[in-house]
Amino acid sequence: MQTFFQQILNALQLGSVYALIALGYSMVYGIITLINFAHGDIFMVSTYVAFFVGSALMAYAFKLPGLITFLLTMLASMFFTAFLAVMIERFAYRPLRKAPRVSAVITALGVGLFLENFTLATIGPHPRFLPPIIPVHRFTIFGIATSNIQLIIIFVSAIVMFLLDTIVRRTMVGMAMRAISWDKFTVPLMGVPMDRIISITFALGASIAAVGGTLYGFVYTIDPYMGIRIGWWAFISAVIGGIGNIRGAMLGGYLLGLVEIFTPVILPSSTYRDFVAFSLLLLLLIFRPYGLLGRPVTMKV
Amino acid sequence: MKRLALLLGLIVALSLVVTSCAPKPGVIKIGVNAELTGGIPVIGQSCKNAAELFVEEVNKAGGTEVGGRKYTIQLLIEDNEDKAESAAAAALKLHTAGVLLMIGPNASRNAIPAAEVAETNKMPMISPWSTNPKTTIDPKTGKPKKYVFRACFIDDFQGVVAAKFGVELGVKKPAVLFDVASEYNKGIAEVFKKTVEELGYPVVAYETYTTGDKDFSAQLTKIIAAGADGLFLPNYYSEVPLQVQQARKLGFKGIIFGSDSWGNLELIDLCGMDCDGLYFTTHYAPDIATPQAQAFIKAYQAKYGKVPDDVAALTYDAFGIAVTAIKQAGKIDREAVVEALRKISRYEGVTGVLEYRGTGDPIKSAVVLKVDVPGKKFTYYTTAKP
Amino acid sequence: MGKVKSLISAFKERWDAFYSSWPEPVKRAAVPGLVAFFFLASIFFPAWGIINLYWQQVLIYVGINIILTLSLNLVNGYMGEFSVGHAGFMAVGAYVSSILTVWVFPKLGLSQYTPYLFPLALIIGGLAAGLTGLVVAFPSFRTRGDYLAIVTLSWNMIVKSVLENIEAIGGPRGFMGMPKLTSLAWVYVWVVITIWLIRNLVYSNYGRGALSIREDEIAASLVSVDTRTVKIVTFMIASFFAGIAGGLYAHVLVFINPKAFSILKSTDILVMVYLGGIGSIGGSILGATVYTVLLELLRPLQVWRWVIGPLLLVFLMIFRPHGIMGMREWKFLMPPEERPESWRKERELFVLPKLASAKANPLNPEK
Repeated sequence: MQTFFQQILNALQLGSVYALIALGYSMVYGIITLINFAHGDIFMVSTYVAFFVGSALMAYAFKLPGLITFLLTMLASMFFTAFLAVMIERFAYRPLRKAPRVSAVITALGVGLFLENFTLATIGPHPRFLPPIIPVHRFTIFGIATSNIQLIIIFVSAIVMFLLDTIVRRTMVGMAMRAISWDKFTVPLMGVPMDRIISITFALGASIAAVGGTLYGFVYTIDPYMGIRIGWWAFISAVIGGIGNIRGAMLGGYLLGLVEIFTPVILPSSTYRDFVAFSLLLLLLIFRPYGLLGRPVTMKV
Repeated sequence: MKRLALLLGLIVALSLVVTSCAPKPGVIKIGVNAELTGGIPVIGQSCKNAAELFVEEVNKAGGTEVGGRKYTIQLLIEDNEDKAESAAAAALKLHTAGVLLMIGPNASRNAIPAAEVAETNKMPMISPWSTNPKTTIDPKTGKPKKYVFRACFIDDFQGVVAAKFGVELGVKKPAVLFDVASEYNKGIAEVFKKTVEELGYPVVAYETYTTGDKDFSAQLTKIIAAGADGLFLPNYYSEVPLQVQQARKLGFKGIIFGSDSWGNLELIDLCGMDCDGLYFTTHYAPDIATPQAQAFIKAYQAKYGKVPDDVAALTYDAFGIAVTAIKQAGKIDREAVVEALRKISRYEGVTGVLEYRGTGDPIKSAVVLKVDVPGKKFTYYTTAKP
Repeated sequence: MGKVKSLISAFKERWDAFYSSWPEPVKRAAVPGLVAFFFLASIFFPAWGIINLYWQQVLIYVGINIILTLSLNLVNGYMGEFSVGHAGFMAVGAYVSSILTVWVFPKLGLSQYTPYLFPLALIIGGLAAGLTGLVVAFPSFRTRGDYLAIVTLSWNMIVKSVLENIEAIGGPRGFMGMPKLTSLAWVYVWVVITIWLIRNLVYSNYGRGALSIREDEIAASLVSVDTRTVKIVTFMIASFFAGIAGGLYAHVLVFINPKAFSILKSTDILVMVYLGGIGSIGGSILGATVYTVLLELLRPLQVWRWVIGPLLLVFLMIFRPHGIMGMREWKFLMPPEERPESWRKERELFVLPKLASAKANPLNPEK
């Protein structure tokens, strides 16, 4: 029993990160119906930003308390990543808004590849850890082993997700985002500055991914190619939850965290993970194409 | 559109003529197939460093004499990106570029496919660091390959050393966590399991993961739940730190030890104090270097500013064996070189004495090293003779 | 720019004049003659050492990529679907043909005949891939656009994952031991077969059906185009050829592993299709050739090769989304009725006189 709860805790940690990244996919799809395949690599860039900022702060700054350094690193990462995402939207996606969907998707793939290899070429392939901004304390509660970092990941993610939900449901910006995802043509006629809202959406999605990135860098090593796998799993989370749906993305993220942890427990080897995840996706798409929390879209003939 | 096709055809024909290259007189081309990018870049870098050091030493002395004539060595370095299919493609590329022989790849998951390509294309190959037996064995006939050799011992030996060492340390309930997507890890894990069970200590948990995984909590939780007191991690230096840290975090208090894939100081940087005092088996120890080895270590340190690791030392030896064979062959011809390689029965290198007994696999001793994190080095612990 | 254009059109005119001066039989024999010449070249040039080994390799890769690009263009270009998991079919073809040459043929005691049975191995691999094409064809009845993309992607990953879990064929560590049977000649033969088959398919009823599905699927079904059959046929043929390409690939590299057939490979094929231009056979050939050769030429840049490549792709998508030859086609591939000069002639002979007479007699058009 104890092992089971231990695994649940592990799954929550992973699931939080997937959920945070899945949000980016969902938000962008909701607003411009584009699968931003570059999002996983944006996440990867955010971890590197956190790495450099964190290392710089640790090395040069006058000994700030760990919490402040942590917040500063995270904020810096969020800021730079949001900036990057807005630039990508402005220069790579905006020109293609009138073009066929295919071009946009291929561009997204191209941007992703570019980010990966650019990082590889400039920074190098060595896997790294974020510097220990918050010293690790390991302890056990009720016989389940955990650490302060793990709990921080789970709680910070939950708080960020709650904040995002509030922004989307209670603010004007959020209302504008939801309006555009319902009807792209009429809303600008009502005086909503579409370009700006789209940029804000990208910025929000990227900042949230950056939160995930900073947290991720504390427990796992970062390297230029990590965006591929994590990006794909977060993408599956978003689709399973219902792409375009924010709560769906969160749900999907935690679900996939469970899949990742429990597959090697139930099946003989961890190599079945991809198979399970993608088969789930395929089955879901066949029987419930709009995801768990999505809604069907009708098309006029 | 036909005119465009004609124009294109002319361009293609011209470039074919221009690029057909023949080796310049007086130059031996040796190819290096290394993991310069990907998951284990330090290994490829060490290999490249040692290769360049060796070639520099030879060329500075005026080249090497073969069949009464002086030749300089030219290196062709290809990055296999630590991907099996890229390693095969790189081997093919080196073959078409006309190299006399190929050194590398290092990781067995890359060396095995590259060896297949080398054998099919009749190109001599020496892998400095690949310890999995399959590199030099033909999968169809089960017999040793004609063109593939190595400079290190094989895991049939290393796995046994690791198992016996683990038992010596007092492990009674061994567990293994290894990468099932990589030939080396899987091979040595299997030998370890077999040996340790023969010694009377059945494995309580035998968990797998895939290259690139970062989270091992599911597998480690199972290992702890099975009550293991020793964990064998035959994995590469970039993944071991995560595994050790996560194991300790989940409350594993047993002995953790590994194999030659640990042998890189980057492990200490990534791992921190969690790895202090752990042991691993490997090829050579700078602490007990022979005078010949010391000269190499000094030269390497002077040029690159760090102590050479086992990959560098083995690459240096691989080049040494290659040049010895070329000299003995007396001519720049792949067949002659392969014949000469097969005739070498004993070679004294910086990693010790290599004895070849008719196959491409040398008999060598292994050493056990201990990780010293505060001192940022590996210290010598003991030797295991074959 | 203007000067270059006028030079090109002057060259075009010169060539057109030269071409029309040929007698009919020479014109008819031109294309088959060239095909035969290059076939002989593909056998003898390597044997005589005229092309060096390295460029032979590159040409083989170009050929394999041409087959892949043509097969994907069938689905994405002509039928307008959004299939992004093409490497999955390539994987099936590669593994099935390799299993045949490594295990089945020797078991049946046919080892010494393997070089002659190579086309059979390839075809069986292609058929297996064609069957798996059905898996993607069925969802395409209900979904289009992004959702089909996700389905095809998942299928690609599932194929890769299944292959990784079958220990008998090496799992994630790969499968090897196949003989190096792919030669420049074989690749050339298969490229010619692919071009010929796909060209005939495109200008057949099925091809027209595919085009109509691309333009407006619902309208197509309303004019009694059997969309289901067309989709099935198109997907299966596309995956068949991807399987053939996979088999050729396996037997030149002598080693295959599931990782080689991941999304990255599918992306490569997509790039070649869109680079060359959708809905164009000539475009696919050009796209595959340019992309493969360009990547080889950029090799000295090492890692930066993969930085510049995607960047070029992005620029291409923004500034010339139709690719090099989008929607246009080489004249000799089109059937005579469709060529521009034919409909110009038709227009001259039939339409213009009617227009002229209608103008001259606005009240009595029949005069």
